[in-house]
Amino acid sequence: MRLLKIFFMISIILNFTLLKADEIKTENQIAKNLRCLICQGQSVYDSDSEFALSLKLVIKDKINEGMNEKQIYSFLEQKYGEWILYDPIFNRNTYFLWLLPLLIFLAGGAIIIKKFYIKK
Amino acid sequence: MSQKKEMKFKFTPIIIVVFFFIIFIIFFTGLKNSNIYTPNINIEKKVPSFTLNSLYADKETVTEKIFDDNKFHLMNIWSSWCIPCREEHEFLMELKINEKIQITGFNYKDKTNNAKKFLDELGNPYTKIVIDGDGTASIDWGAYGVPESFLIYQNKIIKRYIGPINGKSLMEIEKIIE
Amino acid sequence: MIGSYSLNFGLFFSILITLFSIRNLKNSKVFDKKIISFTFLQLFVVILSFLGLIISFVNSDFSNETVFNNSHTTKPLFYKISGTWGNHEGSLLLWLLVLTAFIFIFLLRSKEQPKKYRIFTLLFQQIIILGFFVFLIKTSSPFNFIFPVPNEGLGLNPILQDPALAIHPPILYLGYVGSSIIFSSSLAAMVSNYVSADWARHIKSWVLISWVFLTLGILLGSIWAYYELGWGGFWFWDPVENVSLMPWLALTTLLHCILVLEKKNILASWAMILSIATFTLSMSGTFLVRSGILNSVHTFANDPERGLFILIFLFSLIFISILIFFFFHSKGEKVESKFFWLSKETAILINNWFMMYFLSVVLIGTIYPIFLEVLTSNKISVGPPFYNKLILPFLIPFLIAMAIGPKLSWIKSEIKDRFYMIAFFVISSFLSVSIIKQLNINFLINTILVTSAFFLFFITIRDFFSKKFKNLSQNLAHFGFSLLILSILFNNIFSTEVITNLRVGETFKTKKFTINFEDIDQVNEKNFKAIIGKFNIRYLDGPADILNPELRIYNQPNIVTSEADIKTNLLSDKFITMNYVQNQDYFNIRYQVKPFMIWIWISVLFISFAGVLSVSKKRNEV
Repeated sequence: MRLLKIFFMISIILNFTLLKADEIKTENQIAKNLRCLICQGQSVYDSDSEFALSLKLVIKDKINEGMNEKQIYSFLEQKYGEWILYDPIFNRNTYFLWLLPLLIFLAGGAIIIKKFYIKK
Repeated sequence: MSQKKEMKFKFTPIIIVVFFFIIFIIFFTGLKNSNIYTPNINIEKKVPSFTLNSLYADKETVTEKIFDDNKFHLMNIWSSWCIPCREEHEFLMELKINEKIQITGFNYKDKTNNAKKFLDELGNPYTKIVIDGDGTASIDWGAYGVPESFLIYQNKIIKRYIGPINGKSLMEIEKIIE
Repeated sequence: MIGSYSLNFGLFFSILITLFSIRNLKNSKVFDKKIISFTFLQLFVVILSFLGLIISFVNSDFSNETVFNNSHTTKPLFYKISGTWGNHEGSLLLWLLVLTAFIFIFLLRSKEQPKKYRIFTLLFQQIIILGFFVFLIKTSSPFNFIFPVPNEGLGLNPILQDPALAIHPPILYLGYVGSSIIFSSSLAAMVSNYVSADWARHIKSWVLISWVFLTLGILLGSIWAYYELGWGGFWFWDPVENVSLMPWLALTTLLHCILVLEKKNILASWAMILSIATFTLSMSGTFLVRSGILNSVHTFANDPERGLFILIFLFSLIFISILIFFFFHSKGEKVESKFFWLSKETAILINNWFMMYFLSVVLIGTIYPIFLEVLTSNKISVGPPFYNKLILPFLIPFLIAMAIGPKLSWIKSEIKDRFYMIAFFVISSFLSVSIIKQLNINFLINTILVTSAFFLFFITIRDFFSKKFKNLSQNLAHFGFSLLILSILFNNIFSTEVITNLRVGETFKTKKFTINFEDIDQVNEKNFKAIIGKFNIRYLDGPADILNPELRIYNQPNIVTSEADIKTNLLSDKFITMNYVQNQDYFNIRYQVKPFMIWIWISVLFISFAGVLSVSKKRNEV
């Protein structure tokens, strides 16, 4: 029961995190989720390199053109590849990345529950 | 029953050892790869469309149509403030002599005066120069910064050089053209 | 000179100790005193060689390659000394120093333990020490000569010339290397069949000490990143940060698990696995950072040969541990321990369960890109959004469990204090809703998160009084954690930021405040030239602040760094940086207001202090 409840909560929450309401922050939000390709492990938002500055301008332009967050990500992914996205896309390559931790969580829960049943 | 237990006892460590061994192999191979991003250099991508101002003729705009012929083109992103661009310049001057290829300059985040001064000083290898004042057009090309060059044939990017052109890449370009 | 001889001597002692220990193991019943003397001699030569390196740095002896690569005559004395461990070779030597020092202290402080167990611990520790000696001497000797002797060194990377970062590595290493003692001693305990409540009681203080140092080390690293890297963040889920977080998570889990082992003598195998995992994770961290296999802000100069060595060494240790775990560790003790679902044991199991989940998220997120690239040659990035999505939702039940767990008693218990719990829960939700309501971003998750953090916050505060400070360290640690989560959440939710381009004399206006770029000044220091901006930030309803961010142009090596200016008070930090923009006459200004920033640091201090308290309490009991 407890587990069920927890998972119910999680599924709701995961759905809600996908909703981005505040449009003023969209631009920064996008820049934070992009890797500055010529820097060492910095996001475009955090970097002040020429590349990052130009990219921020491009993001602004694209928002003005009416593109939404997802479209901008896929536009940049076409240009630079998945490497630029800090939020890995859920696809064939990343099934394990997203699901393995959750599987480990379930397995851990199963082990604990098993312990109680055997003891009883 | 006890046999089964014995089997289990032996299998678990073997599975774990194999598991770690695979991880070892993967790390071992991973060590040889570079951690600096090297994008796919041989790409058969279409040239992106653009409309940009030209450096010398004030009102003239240049579009992707300039690559629409049967010649080879080298599009070179450069800037007067970029130090490696100075190093690569002599190779571009050398390439200029080759008639099978046309070099287009892509002036990146520069001041027109400084750019002109730079070319006066070192020579102008470019047949056309476009201006990308804020660097946004370079993003359309999927470029990283200065210097960077794209080898184009029949509207397609056939090769791309990140960083300055040197003797080696010059030879390679000349080989491809032949 | 002396240094490099000392190192070879150290290696020699290592072999000698190993031989003696094996003989001692076979022959006599008592612990051979000679072994302790040899361990001391080993420590002594390592200290000697470390001092030698420090002296070379202080004297700017550029005939030494390490000094040449990392120092410069104009550098202040403090950074000359800290430069000793600010590079790969020196930091390894420091690592070795801590390794030998810890085993010596371990031997001194474990006199009442069984002889076999002590000797095996020493043996396993010597294997690690031996590995590091060979590594140091073969691939990264800090005492290579250069000839002709250069006149001037190349200098230390300026972003490393910083007080927090000067003491960050030693503290962090104390934590990492402390886990090596736990590792060796757990292997020894398995081999000598000593896995028991006694062992748990003995090793607990080592676990606590390593944990305190690791916590402080991570804290220092974060503080440094916050004011030095210039983007106002303190945690970026960067691989190098993750690598220090992973042993911390494992160690925290172990800390809870050891409690059960100590009191109830159960979960022994699990404690063994955790002890092995903690050190293995520290070593993997070293591998990932030093081999250059990862792309990170903090890349060390790397060399594939070194990476290969650590990799082989690391996996040898893993295989040895697996071997010992499966062949020596007897799971025989089938003590019918009765678990009741509502008990402290269960609470700790739940803690372990969640901690392992967090650990797996961080671990998989960090190494998955490497695997993917090797297997499919696709490059992907795993960044903050990934970790936030997978960790934040799970934090909610975790926080609530943290509040309830300590209230339970061993074996079987009932939830007391129901009235207070419900009352606190209602108060927390009411508070969170009213706080988050003003914003319209991710309302639900933020509210629930803040609610659970508040819940833990109130419960722990009440516990301080209701328990009459009985279990103070635990209480304090949990309280600190709630404070940490609350401050991080508020920091994230309420921080405001402005990025703009300004010329000298210009003013940037928003509805609430104005930023006036008043003046610019130039100051010449010994090893850098500073351009200092003067910014006047005026709030409509408040006093003005003058902030002076700097651009430093270091002469050796020639690097420009941006120094933030931060005004801290109890409620919020005002953070400003300026950056040079290529070929323009304006500067790029980044101004941030970060609420509760200082509370993040304070809460981590609370947590570490709880650890210290727990160690000292243990001392008094003995």
